[in-house]
Amino acid sequence: MILDGKCPTGPIEQTWDKHRFDLKLVNPANKRKYSVIVVGTGLAGGAAAASLGELGYNVQAFSYQDSPRRAHSIAAQGGINAAKNYPNDGDSIYRLFYDTIKGGDFRAREADVWRLAQVSNNIIDQCVAQGVPFGRDYAGYLDNRSFGGAQVSRTFFARGQTGQQLLLGAYSALSRQIKAGSVKMYDRREMLDLVVVDGVARGITVRNLVTGEMESYSADAVCLATGGYVNVFYLSTNAMGCSVTANWKAHKKGAFFANPCYTQIHPTCIPQAGDYQSKLTLMSESLRNDGRVWVPKKKEDCGKHPNEIAEDDRDYYLERKYPSFGNLAPRDIASRAAKEQCDDGRGVGPGGRGVYLDFADSIARLGADTISERYGNLFEMYEKITDEDGYKRPMRMYPAPHYSMGGLWVDYNLMSNIPGLFVLGEANFSVHGANRLGASALMQGLADGYFVIPYTIGGYLATVKPGQVKTDHAEFKKSVEDVKAEQNKYLSINGKKTVFEFMRELGGLMWENCGMARTKESLEINLKKIPALREEFWKNVKVTGSGAELNQQLENAGRTADFLEFGELMCRDALHRNESCGGHFRAEYQDAGEAQRDDVNFCYVGAWEYKGDNKTPELHKEPLKFDNVHLAVRSYK
Amino acid sequence: MSDHKTMTLTLIVWRQKSANDPGKFETYTAKNITEHHSFLEMLDCVNEDLIHADKDPIVFDHDCREGICGMCSQIINGAAHGGQERTTVCQLHMRKFKDGDTIYIEPWRARAFPIIRDLIVDRSALDKIIQSGGYTSCHTGGVADGNAILIPKAVADEAMDAAQCIGCGACVAGCPNGAAMLFTGAKVSQLALLPQGKGEASMRVKNMTKTMTECGFGNCTNHYECMAACPKGINVKFIARMNREFLKAQFA
Repeated sequence: MILDGKCPTGPIEQTWDKHRFDLKLVNPANKRKYSVIVVGTGLAGGAAAASLGELGYNVQAFSYQDSPRRAHSIAAQGGINAAKNYPNDGDSIYRLFYDTIKGGDFRAREADVWRLAQVSNNIIDQCVAQGVPFGRDYAGYLDNRSFGGAQVSRTFFARGQTGQQLLLGAYSALSRQIKAGSVKMYDRREMLDLVVVDGVARGITVRNLVTGEMESYSADAVCLATGGYVNVFYLSTNAMGCSVTANWKAHKKGAFFANPCYTQIHPTCIPQAGDYQSKLTLMSESLRNDGRVWVPKKKEDCGKHPNEIAEDDRDYYLERKYPSFGNLAPRDIASRAAKEQCDDGRGVGPGGRGVYLDFADSIARLGADTISERYGNLFEMYEKITDEDGYKRPMRMYPAPHYSMGGLWVDYNLMSNIPGLFVLGEANFSVHGANRLGASALMQGLADGYFVIPYTIGGYLATVKPGQVKTDHAEFKKSVEDVKAEQNKYLSINGKKTVFEFMRELGGLMWENCGMARTKESLEINLKKIPALREEFWKNVKVTGSGAELNQQLENAGRTADFLEFGELMCRDALHRNESCGGHFRAEYQDAGEAQRDDVNFCYVGAWEYKGDNKTPELHKEPLKFDNVHLAVRSYK
Repeated sequence: MSDHKTMTLTLIVWRQKSANDPGKFETYTAKNITEHHSFLEMLDCVNEDLIHADKDPIVFDHDCREGICGMCSQIINGAAHGGQERTTVCQLHMRKFKDGDTIYIEPWRARAFPIIRDLIVDRSALDKIIQSGGYTSCHTGGVADGNAILIPKAVADEAMDAAQCIGCGACVAGCPNGAAMLFTGAKVSQLALLPQGKGEASMRVKNMTKTMTECGFGNCTNHYECMAACPKGINVKFIARMNREFLKAQFA
């Protein structure tokens, strides 16, 4: 099937305005007759729930944490992009659009990216109005910093906690609506199924994580804002509870999964210290504004104290390879370059899996106080984890899984191929192509939640009658029974291996064979080993306790079972895409270490349709057209 | 790193099946722990052993494991988050402990935070405080340009100092009165400092303090334990500012 993204046509700068006018409206008195479910209350879901509630819809919002303020959007550190051009350095909506398309290695839709760039400025205004304390200069104007993949300073920030402040902004707007009664908040609930009736999304089945009870909720539309899936690697910068489960359950009910092989490996994370480790910690890309990345030139220097290695014996490889972007090369490129140095035997720290990020020059130039003011909390965080002082010796960094560009397929209206199912933020695939630029995730989450879905959902709801299906429908009952049966199965196996042991094993396979570099051979290994591991899981997993109580092992068992299915799809997608682009690097397709795209054969979105348990999924394609940005080899040299 | 020497520790952990269960301390041994284990990774290891031994693992709240989500919440050896300055439980590392140590682990203890299970408590009272006024009543869209409101750096910085709160509830757990004054004071102050929040300042401080009392939080008697427990180092001066705002609001 050839998929249609339903993108508006005509001059790109008019597409969103024209589309907004063309969308049908629901009149204010009728809005209260419609109900909307929002799953996930991070930046995208929180902003959406608040905005839809304010418009007058009846919103039910769901979060697996105890409060919407805890979603993992909170951990984003560096900043949020907008095309304000406050620094007068040549930025514009067009430039942000261009940088994002190019940064994504020409694998995103032009119209979606244009809209993102256009509304980016509204986001900053919105957040300021909410009381987000962005960094400002002495006169009181908003301050900017630089991020990778751009030659302008367009990143707004709140110290090293921008994600936290933006999320708390959305949380405050959401809290206001909860108080007003337009949003009903359900916390400590995990979505375990999407209910589809006659091909239309009508609701969800959730597990109450405190009591273990299964609960059904119906609505006229369902929005998933359930984040990304890089915990499939087990070790990643995601929170422990982040999973593919909500998206995977929707996928099994018919929603297409687009570009699952596009995963972002972030170049600057604290290297792994041991096997028991549960997660990796990211150090903001903003550090590369003032930190210089290097490894020893000579292998024999790798064991030395970094401060004893002479300047001439250091290889500032990003500055050497990419002189025009230097240390601010985009993430995929910086990560691969780090791996290349370590594979060459010039990595530092335990196992030789690390590169230095050095602040000595900046401290000499600007003083330690300025560096501390810019990144103080990051230096503190680094010291807590490693027991090393980043002011006195260079930090050690290694790439780690961080973000998923792939996600459920959506059209221009953010609606999946299932009518009534919308997907927002990291959970969808729409704007980042094969690689996301720094400070663009916050931008997308809030754009989708504040400024896209409030319009596009109206266009859908205006075409349907409200309240057609309630939770007493047979499909809801069946869904609850199916989920219960699955839960009982986890509990009844009583095998020998814990859920974590399976997850670690899967993560190891994914990182080894479908990580920063992939080959036909490595992916084929995984396509054999993952189904075998899955089979073992269903025979040998051990989950203690019962389903009728707070049971964290049971929660993790479900998430792991879904990752065991999803991991296979990810490898399948990576295997079919015989090219390298952005975060998807197939070692066979390269030009001296640089990704080699194949625009003739792969300039499309690959969206997979679920065909049943252990059946081969079917690939559908949405061709990508570039009318405004010339398809070119992506160069940061 | 396996070449490091390992530690064996005795854990004395609060176990409680549900809100109505009386609960009690149980003793466990944590083995093969290195200095690089985080505190929660140490608990993960203990839990893996418990599961293999067919016992219920210890239940605790956690998520980001990098000190920002505010989910983790444990009293370790009598101190909220373990007593290391500006550190959440998840950022605490085992290098702060010695081989052979005995560690007491309890949930937050406060009237307004009923225990759900083991080390997990219900902190929805904090959400209720925010819902009663911790926002500016701006609509989505139709707001002024970000630079239309000038906020000098000193003001923006002070607002940010207050805004850093991660809502973990350590201030409440650390306070002998179980007060949420630091939590509430930080939000009241952030929004009272900024021009965007000034318009609703009196209504906000009245509503939020009223909810605080209704939720069963205690009063402030200047122990400053909240500031000592706060993993973000939020200053008690924001309680003083809230008190000033409260007083001002009586005449507004």
